[in-house]
Amino acid sequence: MRELALHILDIVTNSIEAQASRIIIAVDESVRDNRLRIRIKDNGRGMSQELIDRVLDPFVTTRTTRPVGMGLSLLLQAATDCEGGLKISSALGRGTLVDVHFKLNSLNRMPLGEIGATLSNLCIASPDIHFYYRHSTDSGRFVFDSFWLLAQMAARNCMLYTLAGESEQRIREGVLAISSVA
Amino acid sequence: MKTLADLREIREKAKREMAQREQTARYRIVVAMGTCGIAAGARSVMSAILDELNKRHITDTVVTQTGCLGYCDQEPLVQVMQPDQTTITYGKVTPEVARAVVSEHIVNHKIITNHVFLQK
Ligand SMILES: Nc1ncnc2c1ncn2[C@@H]1O[C@H](COP(=O)(O)OP(=O)(O)O)[C@@H](O)[C@H]1O
Ligand SMILES: [Mg+2]
Repeated sequence: MRELALHILDIVTNSIEAQASRIIIAVDESVRDNRLRIRIKDNGRGMSQELIDRVLDPFVTTRTTRPVGMGLSLLLQAATDCEGGLKISSALGRGTLVDVHFKLNSLNRMPLGEIGATLSNLCIASPDIHFYYRHSTDSGRFVFDSFWLLAQMAARNCMLYTLAGESEQRIREGVLAISSVA
Repeated sequence: MKTLADLREIREKAKREMAQREQTARYRIVVAMGTCGIAAGARSVMSAILDELNKRHITDTVVTQTGCLGYCDQEPLVQVMQPDQTTITYGKVTPEVARAVVSEHIVNHKIITNHVFLQK
């Protein structure tokens, strides 16, 4: 993958497949700590300790359509390439937290990329799920809540996809205003 | 400034509205967003579909995403679930093909046969 935003889309898709109804995505940039941290938290079905132990191995998946999983191990690889790491905390029936971090100024670190497209598409394609995005940096904080899209749809009486370009731009500009990785 | 009750009301209204659209939708477009799909460009495919639906003011179609469908070498995959409950799966979909799926399949009810990967 060429963008962290594509990895985020991939990891959030795991949460959707795990029947989550609420997904929180938090990005924290700290120049002082020279660290970029991304946390994705859901209230889906969760993972057993045994699965967590195995899941960062690229040859593990619970799906039956093919023998290997790779989304999480790919992200772990991207993190270790940048002197970072990845941790999964989960409880069955409660939810899962994927916590990944990178050395901010590592030459191998991917750019954040089109986070606006990632979030906008996620919210529009899964309107029953409550998505909450929070991005913090040394210079400020930007928040996007999927409820904004629903409220706009209800107020303007339009289709959700009428709002795709607008929400994408809103997120892109909000993040650009505070971020050094976008 | 809206009160919490106002917000709750808007959310409920939006939920009812979405449920209604799900009920009356004739077509359902599903984009596969597994790791292979994303790596092959599924996000741009989704953006192209949303943009084309909007440009054409289409209101009888819902768009959703799913995970891996198990045909990684055919990604990006797009499924069109038709009014008669059959499903057409398009493979190796580019943003251009995705726009054609809307303009041909959804608008003109014509399957783009040379991009069909599965039909059932
Ligand atoms: N958020 C989550 N909630 C529950 N289970 C998860 C979650 N994320 C991953 N898993 C489990 O871990 C497995 C591996 O995930 P991943 O590396 O993304 O590969 P894949 O999704 O292709 O199987 C999944 O098949 C799933 O069983
Ligand atoms: Mg996955």
